[in-house]
Amino acid sequence: MSDTDSLLALEKQVQTAFESGTPLSISAGNSKSFLGTSSADTALNISGHRGVVSYHAEELVLTARAGTPLAELETLLAEKHQMLAFEPPHFGPGATLGGTIACGLSGPRAPYCGTARDFVLGTRILNGRGEYLRFGGEVMKNVAGYDVSRLMAGAFGTLGVLLEISLKVLPMPEQELTLAREASASEAIELMNSWAGQPIPLSATCHQDDRLTLRLSGPVAATSEAKRRLAGDQMEEISNDFWPKLREHTLAYFNTPKNLWRISLPSGTPPLALTGAWLTEWGGAQRWLRSDEDGARICQIVAKAGGHAQLFRAGSAATEAVGPPPLSEPMLAIHRRLKQAFDPAGILNPGRLFPQS
Amino acid sequence: MNLTAEKNCTWNPTAADRQHFLTELGQLLPADSVLSDPETLAPYECDGLSVYRRLPLAVVLPETVEQIQAIMRLCARLKVPVVARGAGTGLSGGALPLADGILLSLAKFTHILELNPLERWARVEPGVRNIAISEAVAAHGLYYAPDPSSQIACTIGGNVAENSGGVHCLKYGLTVHNILAIGIITAEGEHISIGGLAPNSPGYDLLALFTGSEGMLGIIIDVTVKLLPKPEYAQVLLAGFPSLGAAGTAVGRIIAQGIIPAGLEMMDQAATQAAEDFVHAGYPTDAVAILLCELDGVEAEVNAQTGTVREILESCGANHLQTAVDEAERMRLWAGRKAAFPAVGRISPDYYCMDGTIPRRHLAEVLERISRLSEKYSLPVVNVFHAGDGNLHPLILFDANREGELAQAEALGGEILEVCVEMGGTITGEHGVGIEKLNQMCVQFPEPELRQFHAVKNAFDANSILNPGKAVPTLHRCAEFGAMHIHRGKLPFPELERF
Ligand SMILES: Cc1cc2nc3c(=O)[nH]c(=O)nc-3n(C[C@H](O)[C@H](O)[C@H](O)COP(=O)(O)OP(=O)(O)OC[C@H]3O[C@@H](n4cnc5c(N)ncnc54)[C@H](O)[C@@H]3O)c2cc1C
Repeated sequence: MSDTDSLLALEKQVQTAFESGTPLSISAGNSKSFLGTSSADTALNISGHRGVVSYHAEELVLTARAGTPLAELETLLAEKHQMLAFEPPHFGPGATLGGTIACGLSGPRAPYCGTARDFVLGTRILNGRGEYLRFGGEVMKNVAGYDVSRLMAGAFGTLGVLLEISLKVLPMPEQELTLAREASASEAIELMNSWAGQPIPLSATCHQDDRLTLRLSGPVAATSEAKRRLAGDQMEEISNDFWPKLREHTLAYFNTPKNLWRISLPSGTPPLALTGAWLTEWGGAQRWLRSDEDGARICQIVAKAGGHAQLFRAGSAATEAVGPPPLSEPMLAIHRRLKQAFDPAGILNPGRLFPQS
Repeated sequence: MNLTAEKNCTWNPTAADRQHFLTELGQLLPADSVLSDPETLAPYECDGLSVYRRLPLAVVLPETVEQIQAIMRLCARLKVPVVARGAGTGLSGGALPLADGILLSLAKFTHILELNPLERWARVEPGVRNIAISEAVAAHGLYYAPDPSSQIACTIGGNVAENSGGVHCLKYGLTVHNILAIGIITAEGEHISIGGLAPNSPGYDLLALFTGSEGMLGIIIDVTVKLLPKPEYAQVLLAGFPSLGAAGTAVGRIIAQGIIPAGLEMMDQAATQAAEDFVHAGYPTDAVAILLCELDGVEAEVNAQTGTVREILESCGANHLQTAVDEAERMRLWAGRKAAFPAVGRISPDYYCMDGTIPRRHLAEVLERISRLSEKYSLPVVNVFHAGDGNLHPLILFDANREGELAQAEALGGEILEVCVEMGGTITGEHGVGIEKLNQMCVQFPEPELRQFHAVKNAFDANSILNPGKAVPTLHRCAEFGAMHIHRGKLPFPELERF
């Protein structure tokens, strides 16, 4: 099928679904289908709508169709020593660009370089009426009209079917260096925060099992100077492979029959009194908890600390549903009105992000 | 431009309605917080785009969030339009008052509410000036990165509403990349919190949607900004080039080399001359274009990168090349760029600042087209350019006292923006649409996109009382504009052009 045909077919399918009020479940590589469920049983598969539209390395801009495999993009960028700086998790070989942006997930570099939405420059979408719309563009600065493109990041396809995305890309650092040392959880949180307040080229941090691991990225002159200041000689230098394993949840830590919770907190929050195995990353702001503790209790304690918890992968004893945490009443009302503005018939991934979304 | 063309049409007050409304306002606020006689209103009649002026029915200067809520509830009940105003430095008429509406000034909200140096954030009121944040946190070795040239005056609330940038946003991002949370009072007077200190906020990214929304979706009552460690060392290089094309090539090469400078600014010869005459920065006035490139980081890193950038600049044909010898010289080199607008103000009775962004590869062509347009309209154009991210600020020189020149300047500006759209860029990179670029919005966006924007607005402000008639044109307006204006670069079958 040609690009035009695949686009026309998608457009037709959404228009028909709009007219008949048939909910659609949008998918491509199915690598993140574990994250939230939609009540729709009619599939809208966009994996055929793929391919790089343009790549201007000197301008740091890449545009590709939503069904393009993430791995393909990363290979293309690497040829020019560039990268997707938000280090998106794939969570499976089928991961596509569209799914990556729709889920809005970011990897270990996020707190130091930005998350998925920070790199979105423009999108082409089908709204819930099947209208083909273009927002943003291929330029770094653009304030014409509301920033609908960034709104699409993390909206799980509930506001529009992503067809094409323009992203800002960044040069790969000249050098990356991974160092590890012993530290208790509270010491690690303190260190991660105080380092981030100093001119040190940190690009990732992780604490698990009394071990603090950090990555320095940048020109050799910068990373070696930072290593000296952090007394890096007394730390163990380990392989940079640690970070892709963390990103993809293939570290031994993640191999568990227990519930896996993603706990988001203000970065300096001291360790929380919840039993289970912890892994802390993003400078203290994103923490994973492997635990069979009662979900309501987890959510309550995390909320009290100013954060929120989400069951990310259900273990064998799960009682809660996997999916994003609930919204407050006034926020839910705004979300429903916004959903209505893009998808009046409520056909795009209903329920995937919030009830009746 | 016809200022009365668009306003919200549900509130058509009689003299008695106006009086009644002012009385009700007076019950909500202390007497000195409501201004309504023409003399006291005068300072609020325009923002930085001073060619448009209009008096509101009243200016309100609340001091508490509860007062803002009460004002919004009253205005929601009577459907009175509300225009928020920070410092009024906006350059697109975003804070231009609406007749029979109120201007809600956030000028009394100037407190830094909370500061957490360890977690590196500050929560501040919307009327806090941009530079005041960096000053308040400097003792902790931190700063707030976005630095619009207007930073000594403009407010953080206005920065969020416009998604403002600065010379350092190439490396450190725009406002949207540097804020964590905002508090909002909705059109109905409800208080909601958006974003937060914890990442992965549940639900839609409303923080992104609000950033750059020009006061159309809600009143921003607090902003939590990210703070960054101050770079230890910074160095600036100044290069003069015999052509704009050569300077443009150098920009591309630096970035392709994997270096993201902290700032990368270009000025053409006329802008260089004006800035040099004004601040005596030591610019080479014989160069056709100059480039300022700032590198920051630890000293060893900066020194290494300075060497690489020097080589690139030389190989691209720079015939003047200078590295600041000390901090004083670095500041002086920047002072010329930062004062470029006022410098141009000295050489012309009036100037009109445009704000298009283009894919950088089209720079030479766009500048060529601008110079042809300048000849066509017989008005000089001076170019200041955030070169790293393709954001052009052509300054059109004119004299408003000469019959018809303002209209000519506007027409020339409109054509420049249309060239930007044709080249795959946008009509505004950081100054916003406001009232100024409504017609060009019709060029940049087809009808379905505009309808979608109106639907977004409607989800937050069903009665359209927040800054009505700004930022997004009505379809009716676009139809009228289209009828008298043949869109450049538009194919006869717009529905086909995307394939
Ligand atoms: C000399 C000069 C240089 C400039 N340089 C730059 C530059 O380098 N980069 C750049 O990006 N801009 C620049 N600007 C433009 C301007 O300074 C920015 O747009 C700035 O962010 C406006 O802030 P303000 O407080 O003056 O907002 P105002 O002009 O008062 O308002 C701007 C818009 O924001 C809305 N608004 C203000 N406060 C709130 C609030 N609390 N809640 C909701 N809406 C609100 C208003 O309704 C209006 O639509 C420059 C302007 C001048 C005059």
